[in-house]
Amino acid sequence: MIENNQKSNKNTRREFLQNLGIVGVGSLLAGSAFFAARKYDSKKTAADRVKVLTAENKLVEIEKSAITEVEKTPATQLTYLQKQGRDGIAGSRFVMVIDLSKCQNARKCMSACQNAHHLRPEQHHINVLKMQETETTQPYYMPKPCQHCDNPPCVAVCPVDATFKRQDGIVLIDNERCIGCRFCIAACPYSARVFNWQEPLNAQADEGLVYNVELNVPQKKGTISKCLFSADRVREGKLPYCVSACPNGVYYFGDENEDVVTNGTTKESFRFKKLIADNAGYTLMPELGTKPRVYYLPPKGKSYPFQEKDREEAAEHLPI
Amino acid sequence: MSERINSEKITADLLRPIRLNKGFMVWMGVLSISLLVCLFAYFLQLRDGMIVTGLGDYVSWGMYISNFVFFVASSLIGMLISGVLSLLKQKWAAPLARIAEIIALAFAAVAGLVIVMDMGRPDRLLNVFIHGRIQSPILWDVTVITSYMIVSALFLYIPLIPDLKICAQKLTNIPPFARKIYEFLSLNWSDTPVQRELIRKSTRTIAILIIPIALAIHTVTSWLFANTSRAGWDSTIFGPYFVAGAFVAGTAAVIIAMFIFRKVYHLEEYITEFHFDKIGQLLVLVSLLYLYFNVNEYMVPAYKMKRADAFHIHELFVGSHALLFWITQLGGLIIPIILLILKPFRKPIPMLVISTMVLIGSWLKRYIIVIPTMEHPYLPVQNVPLKFSVYTPTLIEILVTIAPMIMVLLIITVLAKVIPIIPIHETIEHQQEIASKKK
Repeated sequence: MIENNQKSNKNTRREFLQNLGIVGVGSLLAGSAFFAARKYDSKKTAADRVKVLTAENKLVEIEKSAITEVEKTPATQLTYLQKQGRDGIAGSRFVMVIDLSKCQNARKCMSACQNAHHLRPEQHHINVLKMQETETTQPYYMPKPCQHCDNPPCVAVCPVDATFKRQDGIVLIDNERCIGCRFCIAACPYSARVFNWQEPLNAQADEGLVYNVELNVPQKKGTISKCLFSADRVREGKLPYCVSACPNGVYYFGDENEDVVTNGTTKESFRFKKLIADNAGYTLMPELGTKPRVYYLPPKGKSYPFQEKDREEAAEHLPI
Repeated sequence: MSERINSEKITADLLRPIRLNKGFMVWMGVLSISLLVCLFAYFLQLRDGMIVTGLGDYVSWGMYISNFVFFVASSLIGMLISGVLSLLKQKWAAPLARIAEIIALAFAAVAGLVIVMDMGRPDRLLNVFIHGRIQSPILWDVTVITSYMIVSALFLYIPLIPDLKICAQKLTNIPPFARKIYEFLSLNWSDTPVQRELIRKSTRTIAILIIPIALAIHTVTSWLFANTSRAGWDSTIFGPYFVAGAFVAGTAAVIIAMFIFRKVYHLEEYITEFHFDKIGQLLVLVSLLYLYFNVNEYMVPAYKMKRADAFHIHELFVGSHALLFWITQLGGLIIPIILLILKPFRKPIPMLVISTMVLIGSWLKRYIIVIPTMEHPYLPVQNVPLKFSVYTPTLIEILVTIAPMIMVLLIITVLAKVIPIIPIHETIEHQQEIASKKK
């Protein structure tokens, strides 16, 4: 019994020393591992971490490995599109130039526009009008989109901020918010706006589509629609639907800040200010002070005849 | 002693209509059924969209908006009779004050609904409060019409307090709960000098307060048009022009109501030919004022014939709206003025006919203001169906337009059934004053 006790004492001492060694080495290893890990971690910060904007608009930093992709719900996608649509494109001021000496009433712009925005045949974001100013002057065709005024009467009267002016000069309409009072139609001197008097053309096919304010699709019953300068195409760096569709080189589109406009048919680019200055460009009804962003080049030296059948309609608008 | 009998007779006479009788029930039944039919038309509009109306992308405001302007206009009469005339100490108007206030309140309360019926998305009405932009005249309109409705309700209620007490005490044949309501609403009125002074002061305050608010509601309503640059609307006199027109419409409405209540409630001793004569003169006065604004409104652009104005003036004077225009101007304004200047026409029955002409003319006038302008925008109307360039109201649209009119009649009928249509307390006070003067 005593012997056993002595033995166990001996064992205890030995074991203690043994254990001490193990613990010592262990903690040394652990410490160095910890140190290494920390060093590795701090090294990782720059390359393997990523800044993320949360849905609450807070900027945070997380490890790339911690990212799991979440499928976008229609709601989050709508929020994103609405924000992007209302913000517009920083640094740009979009303008359109319409050369009336080229327009032959081909109406490719009208159909391209109606296709893109899912419009009924009588709904025109862009409408080619037969114009005649006085009895002695020649009639001509005049495509008329929204003028995207810098002092837009429609935006002023809208009671709910459904129609708004963006920093890039484009005037949009948010049909998620529009109450359908049609005050903007009354206020617009260019008759540029249309209303969805009934269920829109593609109502069933468009169901479930996330609303893009830059395309105004899907259209909604009881709300306004209008020309958007093809804000969705412009965001991708492309020319508007009507501009690209024109076979006759009527349209130029570009950025006033860059002073460049591009012809939709020939794809040639011009200095915007020079084009306007050289061709006596003007805006519609400047006396109203709306400051349109659509410029017209006068129908000088037309290379085509005005169709006989259209004369009567053009003459209806002559002064009494 | 005679004075006491007199006041008892007054009380009895003026309380007599407050009971449910067969005529009232039948009238309410007719109104309710008609309202249901009209609301069904509105349901169709909600279901199928506004395609069921005659509106289009060019004439996008039609009968609903002209109806709205008419409603706001008619509601202004409360301010003219109870406000302006009482401040000018025109005692003859005192018995008509309550009729005017009831009409004002009914039209103001329903005006908001008329606008909702014109909205493409009435389900988003709350957006006006959530996303409201103060730059838009619609926000101003919402603000002032709500204010006017509240002030008009107070203007009806405060002078009514003594009468409510009389109702609670003297109406013996009504159920107890109804008496309790009268008692509760009379706010412990006990006819003390302090209370009398309080009522007098607050009525006077409201009479003053209501004038700018009433001017504001119709001025702002006129700005819904004048703040656009369309030919026919782009006018600086639209505010006073609309206000003057409102007095014409409202006075005609009050004359019609006077005639009907006088007949149905047997109030010949209280609404006398003298009152008709006086309010006939008032109608001439406001009509002349309105005529003056009309001359300005049409003569100035017609003289210059600027391109867009010329289209508008041409359409009105000799074009497609000429018949309606001349019917409105002659039948609703000029002929009534000529007739009412002559004393023999300022009698109840001729005045009923003339006022009906004026009231219909007032409605048509709003139509003439809203629609022709929209048919002629600056740029030609092309490549759209004929429906878009020529406005023809549909049956559904007409029914939806009638719905709010029925609502107004319902409100007036009910109010005129539960409260004395002529102020009892004031009438007695007035009689006592006359009696004491005689002594």
